[in-house]
Amino acid sequence: MLFKKPQIQYYPYIVQRDDYRCVRCLGCVEQCSYDATFYDEELDMLWNKHEACVGCKRCEAMCPTDALKIIPNPSRPYEHQSWKWDLVMDAYLQANTGSIIITGIGNDKPYRVSFDHLLLDACQVTNPSIDPLREPMELRTFLGRKVQKIELAEAEGGNITLKTRLAPQLQLETPIMFSAMSYGAINLNFQESMARAAVRLGTYWNTGEGGLHKRLYPYVNSGIVQVASGRFGVSRDYLKVAAAAEIKIGQGAKPGIGGHLPGEKVNPDIAETRMIPPGSDAISPAPHHDIYSIEDLRQLIYAIKETTRYEKPVFVKIAAVHNVAAIASGIARAGADVIVIDGFRGGTGAAPKSVRDHIGIPVEVAIAAVDRRLRAEGIRNEVSIVATGGIRSSADVIKIIALGADAIYIATAAMLAVGCTLCQTCNTGRCAWGITTNDPRLARRQNPDIASEQLYNLVRGWSHEMKEMLGAMGINSIESLKGNRLRLRSIGLTEKESEILGVLPAGE
Amino acid sequence: MKKVIIIEDFCIACYNCEVACVATHSRSEDPVKAYKREGLRGRSNAVVEVESPVAFSVMCRHCRHPWCMDACISGAIQRLDNGIVYLDEGRCVGCWGCVVGCPYGAAHPNLTVKDKHAFKCDLCIDRLEIGLKPACVEACPNRALIYDETMEKRAEVHTP
Repeated sequence: MLFKKPQIQYYPYIVQRDDYRCVRCLGCVEQCSYDATFYDEELDMLWNKHEACVGCKRCEAMCPTDALKIIPNPSRPYEHQSWKWDLVMDAYLQANTGSIIITGIGNDKPYRVSFDHLLLDACQVTNPSIDPLREPMELRTFLGRKVQKIELAEAEGGNITLKTRLAPQLQLETPIMFSAMSYGAINLNFQESMARAAVRLGTYWNTGEGGLHKRLYPYVNSGIVQVASGRFGVSRDYLKVAAAAEIKIGQGAKPGIGGHLPGEKVNPDIAETRMIPPGSDAISPAPHHDIYSIEDLRQLIYAIKETTRYEKPVFVKIAAVHNVAAIASGIARAGADVIVIDGFRGGTGAAPKSVRDHIGIPVEVAIAAVDRRLRAEGIRNEVSIVATGGIRSSADVIKIIALGADAIYIATAAMLAVGCTLCQTCNTGRCAWGITTNDPRLARRQNPDIASEQLYNLVRGWSHEMKEMLGAMGINSIESLKGNRLRLRSIGLTEKESEILGVLPAGE
Repeated sequence: MKKVIIIEDFCIACYNCEVACVATHSRSEDPVKAYKREGLRGRSNAVVEVESPVAFSVMCRHCRHPWCMDACISGAIQRLDNGIVYLDEGRCVGCWGCVVGCPYGAAHPNLTVKDKHAFKCDLCIDRLEIGLKPACVEACPNRALIYDETMEKRAEVHTP
C-alpha cells in the first residue's frame, strides 16, 4: 500500500457491493468519473477506492442488478457539538492542500428555512374554494414595468384604443423560469434541454453568462441572455435576438465574488460561444468594472435598451445581501424592468465554501423586504421581482409569490430533475451525471430528448400543484396572490421574524 | 421492418443492454441467476464497444442480405418472413463461418460449453410476439437504442 496522509483515510462514503448480486458487467467502472471503481482481472473482482468516492450515486443508479449502495462512512470520531465533522474534514483538507476549498451547488448549512415556517390559508364555509380541474385557473404572469394608469382613446367607429405606451413585457404561462447556468458551467445538452422545456412550457430559460451557442438559436425567442461582468459572448445581435437581457451583478451562492472558468475547460466550442481564445481562462471579475454606482448601472441598462430599441425588458440580477431593499430601490430607479433577487441558498458551479456557506441572506426574507420597501416608496409597479435561490417545491413558489415575488427561477430543482444528487462536486468538471461537465464522455449522459421531458414534467407538476393550492385559497389567478401576505401565517418564527416577513403568527 | 437503431451520440457505456440481453435469454429471466447459475456470462448478443469518449452497443443488424447466412454451412441461419435473421443454435455445427462473415462482429462463438455453437441477436423474437420491445431497447437508460422503423433510411448502419 502506498503511503497516504492519514486524514485521507477518513473518507465520507463507502461503496458497498453485494458481491453475489454483482454480475461483473463493468457498468460501474465506466460510470464512475472519479476513478473510485476498478476491475481486477486477476481476481475477477470489482474493487472500490472509497476515498475517491464523492457520493454522487451514479453507479448505484446504473447498476442493473442493484448490487451497489453508497453509504455514509459509519466511522466517525467522537461527535463534537462545536467541531462538526464537516469542519474537521475541511481543516484536514486545508492542512493538506493549503488552498481555498472550492465547492458546488448551494449552501448546505442548517440555517432556518423560513419557507418551512409558513403556512397557507384555505377557504372554509364562508367563501368557496375552487376546483382547478373544473374551473379556469390562471398562472399566466407578465414580467416588466407596469404603468401607473392607462389612458384609452376612442377612435372613429367606436373602437377603443390604448393611448398609453406600455413597457415591454414577458408573458409566462407559469411563473417558473429556468435560471442562468452558462455553457461552460453546464454542457450544451442540458442547456438545450432547458431551452426546449421552456419553449414547450411557454416560459423562459436563461443563457447564463457564457454566451449563446449556435445550436440554441431555434429556442432564443424564449431565451433571456445574460450580460455579466466578463461580458462573454455579448454582441448587438446577442441582445437583439433574445426575449430579454439580464445584467448579472451578483449571484446568491457567492455574493461579491466573480467567476473563473479555467482555461483547460475552455474548448474550441465554448471559446467560440464566449468569444475568447480557446484555452484561455474565462474570468468574470467580481464587480462590473464599469459599474460603481446606481448611475453607472443606469448607463448600462439604457445602453442595452437603446441597442434593443426599447423592445425588450432589462433584468438586473443581484444577490440577496443585508441591505438588499435599498439596493433594489436603486435598481428600480435606474430603469430596470425586472429585479432578480438570488438568495443565499442558490447554487453555483464553483465557489469558495467559506463564501457559499456564510454570505448573503435567505431569499424569502429578501423578497419580503424588497417588496415592502418598493411599495412604501410607491415604485413597486415599476419593476417585477423574480425570486431565485432556494426554491424547492410548488409550495415554496406559492409562498414566495405571496411574499411579493412575481415569478421565480429554478436551477437546482432543474438539475435534480435530470439526475443531480447534490454531491457538491460541480467544480471538478467531472459530474458523473453529465450535467456540470463538458467532457464529451460525460456530457452525452444528458440526452436532451429525455432531459427536456423531465424538466417539462417537473414544472408541469409544480404548476398543477400551485393551481390546487390557489384553488384551496379561493383564488383563480396567481395575480391575486402577489404580495398577499394575509394568506400566510408563520409557525415557529419569532415575532421579529414574522414582522420582517410581514406575516401574522398562526392563530392570529 | 423495425430494427434496433443505435444512437452513438448517447451511448453512455452502462452495459445495461448486455445484462438485459443475457437475462431475457436465460431460463430464469433473472440477471443474477443467469450470470451466476446458468453460466451465461459473456453470452450477450449485444456488445458494448467503448473507445472513450465514443461508445455504442452492437447487435445484429438483421441485414436484408445477411452475409452470415451466406457463410452458414449447416442452414442454421435463416432469414424469417418477418425479416429477422435467426440462428437456430440446435442446427449450428460451430464452424464460425458467420462469426468471420459478419461485417459488424455481431455473431459470436460460444466457447464456454461442450457443444460449441454460434449465437447472435434474435431481436427478442419472443418478446416481440407479446408486444414488448427488445430487451436491450427497454433497458437503455439514455435512449441510445431505439426500436424503430427508420433503419433503412440510415445509410451508416445498412449493408447493401
